[in-house]
Amino acid sequence: MATRNTWRTWRAGVFLAALTPLVVWGWQVANNAAGPEPGRYLLLNIGTGALWMLLLTLSLTPLTRLTRWKGFTLIRRQLGLWTLAYATLHMLSYALFILGLDWAMLGSELVKRPYIIVGMLALIGLAALGATSNRWSMRRLGKRWKTLHRLAYPILGLILLHFLWVVRADLGEWVMYAAIAALVMATRLPPVARTLPRIRYRLAGT
Amino acid sequence: MLIKIARPGDLHESDVTPESIYLSRRRFMGGMAGLGAGLALAGQAHASADYSDVPAGDAPGWLQEKIDATRWQAVTPSDPEKDKLAPFDDASGYNNFYEFGSGKSDPARHAGSLETQPWSVVVDGEVNNGGRIGLEDLARPSQFEERIYRLRCVEAWSMVIPWLGIPLAEVIKRAEPTSKARYVRFETLVDPEQMPGQRSSFSLIDWPYVEGLRLDEAMHPLTLLALGMYGRELPNQNGAPLRLVVPWKYGFKSIKSIVRISLVAEQPVNSWQQIAPDEYGFYANVNPQVDHPRWSQATERRLPNSLFSPNTIDTQMFNGYADDVAELYAGLDLRVNY
Repeated sequence: MATRNTWRTWRAGVFLAALTPLVVWGWQVANNAAGPEPGRYLLLNIGTGALWMLLLTLSLTPLTRLTRWKGFTLIRRQLGLWTLAYATLHMLSYALFILGLDWAMLGSELVKRPYIIVGMLALIGLAALGATSNRWSMRRLGKRWKTLHRLAYPILGLILLHFLWVVRADLGEWVMYAAIAALVMATRLPPVARTLPRIRYRLAGT
Repeated sequence: MLIKIARPGDLHESDVTPESIYLSRRRFMGGMAGLGAGLALAGQAHASADYSDVPAGDAPGWLQEKIDATRWQAVTPSDPEKDKLAPFDDASGYNNFYEFGSGKSDPARHAGSLETQPWSVVVDGEVNNGGRIGLEDLARPSQFEERIYRLRCVEAWSMVIPWLGIPLAEVIKRAEPTSKARYVRFETLVDPEQMPGQRSSFSLIDWPYVEGLRLDEAMHPLTLLALGMYGRELPNQNGAPLRLVVPWKYGFKSIKSIVRISLVAEQPVNSWQQIAPDEYGFYANVNPQVDHPRWSQATERRLPNSLFSPNTIDTQMFNGYADDVAELYAGLDLRVNY
């Protein structure tokens, strides 16, 4: 049986793993290994990182159904908050490294570029989920908390749309993420969700 | 009944006479002296810039001979302080060449597989002297020149790059265009075995990559067929062994790894126009007043930049070559013909 300490180590390990990409990218930029446009390098990598974090977060529920391993549930809030952290850093990279804090330009970009509006909507949604990711909010919101946190699904859709609108010539990478997202969402369809524990029994039986 | 009202930019029946060739040729005869104040011109006295930190190439003997005899710094920026050369590693390691992938570092990673020797180009269409011509025969009659140009990508970044090559006008003249020739159409190599981007099932580009110029644009003395850069032959990822460079147009017009040059009567449909006609037009002249639907073209990030200084500068009309090329577009509505 896993002890309290084991779970603490597991959570710390997940924390370090989620932090690692940021450290690596930062190290590359500091050592001129991120190409001639380091700001854009960070922007794109951190943005893709945010999508990964959300996909991982949404994988935890079906993984728990499949395995009943407690460890997945224990990192759900953490990964959700990592999604928010990556998305926030993505937006800050855009403001700092691309716009150069030219707020007048941000104003005109927001009005003219739908993909930026869509990205901002997704970030606002993530912020709302992050702000309510605590026991107090869960108690206060009661049943509505779960409904509110289902916002993660439309947020995933917004992020994919944001990504689709910046593709120029090859949809290959986007299609890969969209396929993973479709798979993660499909596991929530009631017939599929019911099947997952059955797969677990079958695996356990062999 | 079809009523056709000519727009000011439309060409008339009378334009079918090769007047544009005639005018371009005269401008060409005027030589590089015809280039405007935006460019400082230098004679042969100039030596090559210091490219000692550029990795040596592997040019075939005939090409190395041509490179050695280059007229160095034939065209240079008027303000070399403002337009500093991009480091070779950036110009060769960070670019778009969708045949080798859609990421900026994909071309450098994947283009090593491209076989550029031997290479030949088909010159066909409305010409009296067409056919398949070996790269050496295509390039040998012309003097190599070094042209230091600003390159403005449609994605709003730019670099300053020293190209080596020959004026496209000379190649076209040798092909002897007929009076029907009005446009020039270019094609890139199609070879999925060598070009992984062409194997992608999700590519929006219908290969081959196609580009085009109006004949007078093609005959303009600034329009270059490049075979080298930074004092050596072109790296594969930059469009070896033969690419176009049209400095007053967005980078995607400067088609790479050319295998076919056709003189044609009708305006060609270039690849980007085919994918997204509302975003990319035939002309694609650099124009800070006409935005891309998804981003502003008013400014550009001059690369290399650093994290806290995006190095954002104002984009210039025709990429700063207005004095030389603006007259080509007199009467043309550039907002419609983007």
